[in-house]
Amino acid sequence: MAVTNSTPQRRRRRSLLWRENLDGYIFILPWMIGFFVFVAGPMVASFLISFMDWEMVTPARWSGLAQYERLFNDSRFYLSLYNTAYYVFIGVPLHLLLALLAAMAMNLNLRGIRIYRTLYFIPSITPVVASSLLWLWIFNPEFGLANSMLNWLGLPSLYWLQDPKLAKPAFIIMSFWTIGGQMVILLAGLKGIPPALYEAAQIDGAGNWASFWNITLPMLSPAIFFNLILAVIAAFQVFTQSYIITGGGPENATLFYVLYLYRMAFENFRMGYASAMAWVLFLIILLFTYIQFRLSDRWVFYEGSVPD
Amino acid sequence: MTAGASLEQASPPKVRSEKITQRGRALLGDLLWHLVLSAFAIVLIAPLVWLISTSLKEPSAIFTLPPKWIPDPIRWQNYPEALNAQPFARFFLNTMIITILATLGTVITASMAAYSFARLRFPLRSFWFGLMISTLMLPSIVTLIPTFILFRYLKWIDTFYPLIVPFWFGGSPFFIFLLRQFFLTIPLELDEAARIDGASNYRIYWQIILPLAKPALATVMIFSIINHWNEFILPLIYLHSTDKWTMAIGLQGFSDLYSTQWHWLMAASTVMVLPLIILFFSAQRYYLEGIHMTGLTGR
Repeated sequence: MAVTNSTPQRRRRRSLLWRENLDGYIFILPWMIGFFVFVAGPMVASFLISFMDWEMVTPARWSGLAQYERLFNDSRFYLSLYNTAYYVFIGVPLHLLLALLAAMAMNLNLRGIRIYRTLYFIPSITPVVASSLLWLWIFNPEFGLANSMLNWLGLPSLYWLQDPKLAKPAFIIMSFWTIGGQMVILLAGLKGIPPALYEAAQIDGAGNWASFWNITLPMLSPAIFFNLILAVIAAFQVFTQSYIITGGGPENATLFYVLYLYRMAFENFRMGYASAMAWVLFLIILLFTYIQFRLSDRWVFYEGSVPD
Repeated sequence: MTAGASLEQASPPKVRSEKITQRGRALLGDLLWHLVLSAFAIVLIAPLVWLISTSLKEPSAIFTLPPKWIPDPIRWQNYPEALNAQPFARFFLNTMIITILATLGTVITASMAAYSFARLRFPLRSFWFGLMISTLMLPSIVTLIPTFILFRYLKWIDTFYPLIVPFWFGGSPFFIFLLRQFFLTIPLELDEAARIDGASNYRIYWQIILPLAKPALATVMIFSIINHWNEFILPLIYLHSTDKWTMAIGLQGFSDLYSTQWHWLMAASTVMVLPLIILFFSAQRYYLEGIHMTGLTGR
């Protein structure tokens, strides 16, 4: 072995391998630098800043757990957390369910189905700023589309964005406008289910409902799971809509967590407090992501793995 | 009603064979689906129709009951008026510059990382790849404040750099993953043949992988353009003087200043929305294919 190791071919191969190792790192270098400078570094910094009293104009001062103490005694912190949890735990499942229904409809063998697909998807690429302004009109109590539709059905008008009880549901309804993004992803998943599975089920005498429960849902579960994880993370960070439409009102009913954080950081320049808030949110998101991964064993079906 | 007519056509009173009733039932089913799907489509598209129609209305014709969908008379002046009420041409240009430069960085550096993860062997590769994927789940809000402080220290506040430079460092883990998945489908023999001919990894990346990955690169480009065009929180935090604003911020500022001028507001919104819709229509294939090939579906 020692002899062959020094033959020219071996040496050439070794230098090629070395070259490949080096190139491997050179090619991921931009990402790696980005990871350390814009992700890992800021994570650590954010953690440290959360133990400081720092208002940008004054020098930073170490304050230990003071920010967290303040945070846990801040009634607005709990309120913003409640508002956000409401939006996440009611909004995300409904949004996903509608996206799933839409994806299944788009999977039908209908003439012109592509046109529907495009129409359902277009709202998803509309800039949030523009769509927020649109929804301001839709929920306008006098002239908005929402109340026009209610009146048309013989129902009374509602004060969507002025009534603290209705503001959060209004935001959730608004989120339904953009089911197109998830719809397209789930549709891709549906298209990936081998037709043979359905044929086999039909031969066995399974109806549509049984096919849905025993084939569609298990086969689609990885896609649903993936969407659920990312949707929960995104929904916890809901910001732009409430910043533009309600500014957190009425009576702080749409004061979502990140809106409150934004105000602390970029309007009051309380960087220590805002960083503590960011870390608390990070831990909450981490916890829920972990719980979802743990629960996923029970309902997510991976083709490659054998269920026990 | 057409519904009734085709229904009768589909199921004539005298049924001769079972096949005809079956076809009739299928037709009826299709028809019902069309009714349901188009009803929802109308609801989903109505806001956008209202957007465009309001942008062409006289101010007095905007808030009417029931809403009028076709403006009469059509008032084209709304556009020049709205675009001159604020330096909207400037905002448009700024948004273009940021979107193009950030997208360019994303496509170049994300494809480099993806090539490395898909094709090259190096120590700790799966560790770095796993780390990269895990950042997909990192809420961006955690890094926002220190990054702001960093850019403030670099005196980059009120410049375009914070909105462009970070995207020259890998773009986003999502894009790296998407491109890697696509690169894995390119036959390895092509690389090997080139390597035997003495091509370096750089050449293989540039002359073999990238040209073959054009559809995937187009997908990343479209996703990235949409993201940057619509981005709100970054320009809100970093761009302060009006001549630096992007359209998203301009539109928001516009709505604060002219909250009663809906015809202008909607004209400006249309100017922001329309390029995206045109882009989507012209590149729809890449967009939808991209979602397909990422294995984004989790499999």
